[in-house]
Amino acid sequence: MSLTLLNVIAAVVIAVGFAALNAAYLVWAERRGAARIQRRPGPNINGPLGLLQPPLDGIKLMAKQLTIPGGADRALFIAAPVLAMFPAIMSFVTIPFSETIVARNMNVGVLMIFAFAAMGSMSLLFAGWSSRNKYAMMSSIRAVSQAVAYEIPMLITTITVVMISGSMDLMEIVRQQSGSILHWNIFPIFGNSHNLLMPFSFLIFFTCTLAETNRAPFDLGEAESELVAGFHTEYGSMGFGLFFMGEYANIVIGACLTTILFLGGWNCPFGLFPGVWWFLLKIYLLIATFIWIRWTFPRTTIYGLLNLSWKILIPLSLFNLLFTAGLLKVF
Amino acid sequence: MTPMVPPTGPALFSVEGMVGMVFLVAVAMTLTGGLIASNAERLVRAVAGLIICFVGVAGLYFFLNSPFVAMMQILIYVGAVAVTIAFAIMLAAPEQANKPGSTGPLVGPFGFAAAALLSGALTVLVIRTDWPVREKITTGSVREIGIQLLTNHAMVFELVSIVLLIAILGALVIARGGREG
Repeated sequence: MSLTLLNVIAAVVIAVGFAALNAAYLVWAERRGAARIQRRPGPNINGPLGLLQPPLDGIKLMAKQLTIPGGADRALFIAAPVLAMFPAIMSFVTIPFSETIVARNMNVGVLMIFAFAAMGSMSLLFAGWSSRNKYAMMSSIRAVSQAVAYEIPMLITTITVVMISGSMDLMEIVRQQSGSILHWNIFPIFGNSHNLLMPFSFLIFFTCTLAETNRAPFDLGEAESELVAGFHTEYGSMGFGLFFMGEYANIVIGACLTTILFLGGWNCPFGLFPGVWWFLLKIYLLIATFIWIRWTFPRTTIYGLLNLSWKILIPLSLFNLLFTAGLLKVF
Repeated sequence: MTPMVPPTGPALFSVEGMVGMVFLVAVAMTLTGGLIASNAERLVRAVAGLIICFVGVAGLYFFLNSPFVAMMQILIYVGAVAVTIAFAIMLAAPEQANKPGSTGPLVGPFGFAAAALLSGALTVLVIRTDWPVREKITTGSVREIGIQLLTNHAMVFELVSIVLLIAILGALVIARGGREG
């Protein structure tokens, strides 16, 4: 075997490992964070700080029997959880963690991440339909209409950033934000954005990320009080585990994308200790904010959710796009 | 399953061999996806086959050196078109109706003969035609595609926008009518 082939295999193993480990330990972080906010201990028995909880959970899930309900569409029922995890892993291929740590940089990197994120909604649809369970079905219809609605303002906001950078290459977008903390895309006036509305775009993008990853307060697809559990009601064992891991892997991707587009990627604020840890620090701060928001805000209603996207976020992001285009023409 | 690598080709466990395998996978996905889409008894499975087919076609675009078109193929066809079709099927026909039996004069040997004739004629046409490489429009970069779309092919671009506008207006008319009634 040649060295290049070994490189390819190593890249695949690292991408899968990173996604899976993140997914496992973010579940732990979420449970600990929820417990802290609700003033209870959370998982703290197994290992120091409960750090052995994720592998033990994994063993428990794998030891369970995977039941397939009668009347279910077997092929689609089994395919759905795989489809939930696979696009998330694919997206990690093109995310640059630093100037040197990137599996395969593409000049259409932004598009690639959105393309595979769009595939994720198919998994929800198939999971809900193939279960032959009306709650699962309703949940998947909700979750997909939500994903489709929030994809639009997210893409439009991304286009404003791409227009400013003049490139869809994620590394190029980060490079243009280097030099100073004021060059980061989130800050207006300085850097290459010259755009007063950039903090505002960041807010739209962040809200859409929350909604796209099905996080509270937008987790209408998993409203336990109305829908039993959501589209994964009929799934047990590792099928359920894969949905969970896919969800957390998507959260990591959302945080990575927000960091790259708005927070300067791996650039360090004041030239302090440049390196990949700045990127990791930023994404984990964003994820901590996700967890914080999830356990602080109550769930919205489905109409409120869809109205927020179609009647507020889309017009605002369209205005933002026009404004940015105008500014780019002037400066 | 033994891989279909020609004996003079690169070894399977080299990068070229792997790339060849991926190409074959893309071709196989396109073909099997198309077969599932046209033969599945359940409509939702047909949509699943259609998605496999779209992803395979995206892979072929990637091998044609246009990653931009490949990504757009997945983003638009899988992410939007297939989702819309799946939605329509799920909302309109939750329980699958029985497959209709063979009806009409063209079902059976006549239909098979017509399909065989058409595909045979198309195959002959494809093989006999001398495919001239007229001009390579772009290098595949987004910038080049944008410039071409807004200069040489602006007419097509505008026509497509008009078609989409009509589609949106039609959707609005249908939705409004349903709401009042």
